Amino acid sequence: MKTLLRQLGGRAAAPYLFVAPFFLLFAAFGLFPLLFSIVLSLHQWDASAGLGAMQWVGLQNYWYALTDPWFRSSLGHTFWYGLAAGLPQHLLALPLAYYIHRRLKRSRNFVVGSYFLPYITSSVAIALIFSTLLSKDFGFINLILPGAPRDWLGDADYAMPAIAFVVFWRYLGWNLVLYLSALQVIDESLYEAATLDGAGPWQQFRHITLPLLRPMIYFAVTMTIIGSLQLFDEPFILVDSESGVAPAVMTTAMFMYRMAFSYGDFGTASAISWLLFLVIAALSWGNHRLFGQAGGEHGR
Amino acid sequence: MAAKPHGRWIAALLLGAGLLILVAPFYFTFVFATHERAQIFSAPPPLWFGAQFLGNLQLLTERLPFWRNVGMSIYVGLMTTALNLLLCSLAGFAFAVYEFRFKRGLFACVVGSMMLPSFLNMIPGYLVVDALGWIDQPRALYIPAAAGALGIFMMRQYIASAIPFELLDAARMDGCSELRIFRSVVLPLLGPALGTLGLITFIASWNNFVGPLVVLRSVEQYTLPLALRSMQSPNNTEWGALMAGSAIAMLPLLLAFVFFAKRLVAGLTAGAVRG
Repeated sequence: MKTLLRQLGGRAAAPYLFVAPFFLLFAAFGLFPLLFSIVLSLHQWDASAGLGAMQWVGLQNYWYALTDPWFRSSLGHTFWYGLAAGLPQHLLALPLAYYIHRRLKRSRNFVVGSYFLPYITSSVAIALIFSTLLSKDFGFINLILPGAPRDWLGDADYAMPAIAFVVFWRYLGWNLVLYLSALQVIDESLYEAATLDGAGPWQQFRHITLPLLRPMIYFAVTMTIIGSLQLFDEPFILVDSESGVAPAVMTTAMFMYRMAFSYGDFGTASAISWLLFLVIAALSWGNHRLFGQAGGEHGR
Repeated sequence: MAAKPHGRWIAALLLGAGLLILVAPFYFTFVFATHERAQIFSAPPPLWFGAQFLGNLQLLTERLPFWRNVGMSIYVGLMTTALNLLLCSLAGFAFAVYEFRFKRGLFACVVGSMMLPSFLNMIPGYLVVDALGWIDQPRALYIPAAAGALGIFMMRQYIASAIPFELLDAARMDGCSELRIFRSVVLPLLGPALGTLGLITFIASWNNFVGPLVVLRSVEQYTLPLALRSMQSPNNTEWGALMAGSAIAMLPLLLAFVFFAKRLVAGLTAGAVRG
């Protein structure tokens, strides 16, 4: 009887015990910090003075951030990177995935693997090699490009496109793999039937592939929106924070970092993080209206 | 299916050009790792391997506690991976085989936590770690990351599809406790999923830059990416040494990729295909 009871108790309690570590960690290092940062964003606080030094300021931090020209320009840069690096990723990855899916057989793993490699490589290593390749004097990229050597990372006009290219280069393969995995589950017989009906390759792509890929396009674009709005590593490493062009290439995530760790203004930094979150949420929602719903109906 | 021959050539050419652009930076990292700074910045830059690799390593170890930094990266990576393998498979197991109250709500929390952008956590996460007195300690990196939501999701999918439930009932009949069932019946069957999860967890930890940047302070505690970046200075960067360090930072991943490419790609897109 005793063992039976223990076993019953064991079986009922076991699942809670098994999921408990995740929820404890999430509460301590995920949820609590998040809530605390909302509180923090409504306070002025000198971190070194301890918790008692928090001073309620209402929405002032938000107002302060919104009226800060640096915040607004950082948001502009972030959008610019998102478009300049994100859009070509998808415009290229989609047809590329289609081509690889339809035409490549033997070399496929090698090709997909090579395109995917940048995604799993250390962002620091990537930024460092591109710093050398992009350097003004004797950099390889200036060497092969025609015209006068450009100061890629030292001139604001060139630094943004250069950074966008590195980001594009890094995440193209990720999108390629996403689209490829969606293509692989499309029923081949659809194409066979279409061929019998006399549909050419373009028509097949337009009327079979594209509609069926819509949920994946939605997902991949969402990931790109979320990822590019938090862009930090590449511009942070490629452009030295002391250099004159740093403000001209700064993203919002970098601005937030600077606000907290260079200026010690954790309240405003938290407000910035929530403002950026609202932007991400709004854009994701827009993307959902554009691709998500129609895709969902299609899938039902 | 037969495309026009020249169309096919153009497509192959474009694909090849793309490959070249993708692979070239890796190639140059390894080539530059074997040259001195002066050679890297000469016209034309070196296109083939030199003999300076050991010299560069020497420089690296003079400027940085380099091997300690490598060890730090390995240590944090292994701890994060081990904890994730254990905790994610336990939680995934619970979500896959048990019926319990609040199960759906709890699982929704797991999935929902994946949607939270990581930068939101940067500042308050730092403050929590600071309050715990963990600044400049590796545990500030591996404990908050010890049970990833994506890992739980992956393990749940895998356990639900790969573990025959009759086996669990049979073990219960034999008087096994639930933990014992997990350890002796379920865990041995999870090999492939643990392998995939282990790979992607280790890689994410190995490459992590923002986490260490926020919580580590002294160069002895730096992980490899942070150490490499700290060597970069506006004027006097030893690029050859830095490239040697970058090559070492890339190497394990390149090797992992050569051997486990398919598994990695499958693991990283697992969330996507399901969603």
